[in-house]
Amino acid sequence: MAYALQQLINGVTLGMIYGLIAVGYTMVYGIIGMINFAHGDVFMVGAFLTLIGLVLLAGFGITSVPIALALAFIAAAALSAIYGWTIERVAYRPLRGSFRLAPLISAIGMSIVLQNFVQVSQGARDYNIEPLIPGSITVMTQGGFAVELSWMQVLITVVTLALLAVFTWLVTRTPLGRAMRACEQDLKMASLLGIDTDRTISLTFVIGAVLATAAGMLFLLYYGSINFYIGFTAGVKAFTAAVLGGIGSLPGAVLGGLAIGLIESLWSGYASVPYKNVAAFSVLAIVLIFMPSGLLGRADIEKV
Amino acid sequence: MAAPAPLLEVTHLLMRFGGLTAVSDLDFVARTGEITAVIGPNGAGKTTVFNCITGFYRPTSGALALMHADGHRYALERLPGHQIARRAKVARTFQNIRLFAGMTVLENLMVAQHNALMPSVVNGLLAVFGLGGHRAAERVALDKARGWLDTIGLLDRADDPAGALPYGAQRRLEIARAMCIDPVLLCLDEPAAGLNPRESEELSELLTRIRAGGCSILLIEHDMGVVMRISDHIVVLDHGKKISDGTPAEVRADPRVIAAYLGEGDEDEEPAPHDASAAA
Repeated sequence: MAYALQQLINGVTLGMIYGLIAVGYTMVYGIIGMINFAHGDVFMVGAFLTLIGLVLLAGFGITSVPIALALAFIAAAALSAIYGWTIERVAYRPLRGSFRLAPLISAIGMSIVLQNFVQVSQGARDYNIEPLIPGSITVMTQGGFAVELSWMQVLITVVTLALLAVFTWLVTRTPLGRAMRACEQDLKMASLLGIDTDRTISLTFVIGAVLATAAGMLFLLYYGSINFYIGFTAGVKAFTAAVLGGIGSLPGAVLGGLAIGLIESLWSGYASVPYKNVAAFSVLAIVLIFMPSGLLGRADIEKV
Repeated sequence: MAAPAPLLEVTHLLMRFGGLTAVSDLDFVARTGEITAVIGPNGAGKTTVFNCITGFYRPTSGALALMHADGHRYALERLPGHQIARRAKVARTFQNIRLFAGMTVLENLMVAQHNALMPSVVNGLLAVFGLGGHRAAERVALDKARGWLDTIGLLDRADDPAGALPYGAQRRLEIARAMCIDPVLLCLDEPAAGLNPRESEELSELLTRIRAGGCSILLIEHDMGVVMRISDHIVVLDHGKKISDGTPAEVRADPRVIAAYLGEGDEDEEPAPHDASAAA
């Protein structure tokens, strides 16, 4: 019982991080109908930028954890926003309107470029930091096994749910969100109504990059260890989460992330750790057979 | 009475697609405060002209100049797509309905007011937190949208998805959406297509009302009842060339127009001004 509860807590935390990355996949897919495979690597870049920021701030003698984290996040988010904007401008916009697979290949290329760039500039080793947010509460104790809920896990859950709320609000209730949905449905018509579609798409990538940086920072703080390859693994999982939840749906992305996180952690806890990915992807396959548009996805609106 | 000031001046417009010349050496003027109809048999090049005006196509050669009342002059053939709506204030609808079907009726009208609501990226981000005068701007936009919904009789369906409306209502909503960008020129591509006689009567009324509100209209239409009843000026195209240009009475009496339509062998498209009003 206690063991199950602990696995549940761990699974939810992991799922929240996946979900936060998945939101970026889902937003970009929503607006231009392509999978931005470089998104996972923007997450990795965001984690590195946060780490560099924290090291620099420590060098300047800023030791207050909340202030250092806030400043490092703002700087990292601004820089990875530039990454997101540039990726769209350089790798995707010139291919808009060409055949569907072209931007997809370009995205995979962009992902490799980012990975190699970080590998060359930062090295291939793992970077470790000490836990900045220590401490936990003991939820229950049973037969000598204490169920721990760390403050870090609370932070991850709160941040993810807060960001999801803000971005759901943005998409459904603000002019920018309406413009995004209009572009999603009919790019040409949106432009005829005076919407700068290029700018709207750029902003979507910028927002996606900021979310990825938030996820990168949480990942860094939670695991305390990053390397140039984390973007690939986490990216594939998050992409799976977005598809599972119904790609194009924001709450679906977080729900899909939770599902993948829980499956992984419960499978690792009760079956076998090496097969946790097999379990996660099997569930994806089964869900897609019976619900092709995912858990919360709507059926495709036919475009005439 | 002096003729009203020209609003849109099309000069030597030429549009080629490979070896096919869709529009050749077309000149015409649409005047401020008037309804100008562009008619002609199928394949005459009417929609191509519209596509050049609204930036869908770049003309092979020729000029499309739009004159605002304040003296601003816009070369539509050089303006990027979204600037044609944003700065030159030209709006258009299509033969097939292109509403944002997944968004609500009200949202469709709000999207058209995007530039008033989000003049810059900073405003867009402030709006997320309700700052930067966003609430006031949103209220103005909502009032305008509700005003148009009232005009087209869809106020009670404001929160339904646009795709769920009946066909005739979707047509009216498209026109209302176009009007929400505050256009000086509204280009309508066959707005009466598929409407029953009562609906096309309502459409005529709506268009006359829009003209009375100060917006000029450029109209492609096959329903001659509508065209003859509301147009101030008609331009007739055939095989990409202008064959006639004048008031409805002049055009109806022009032997070249009659020949072009009879050559098509389509009875429906003969000028027959009274049948629609009789049916209503």
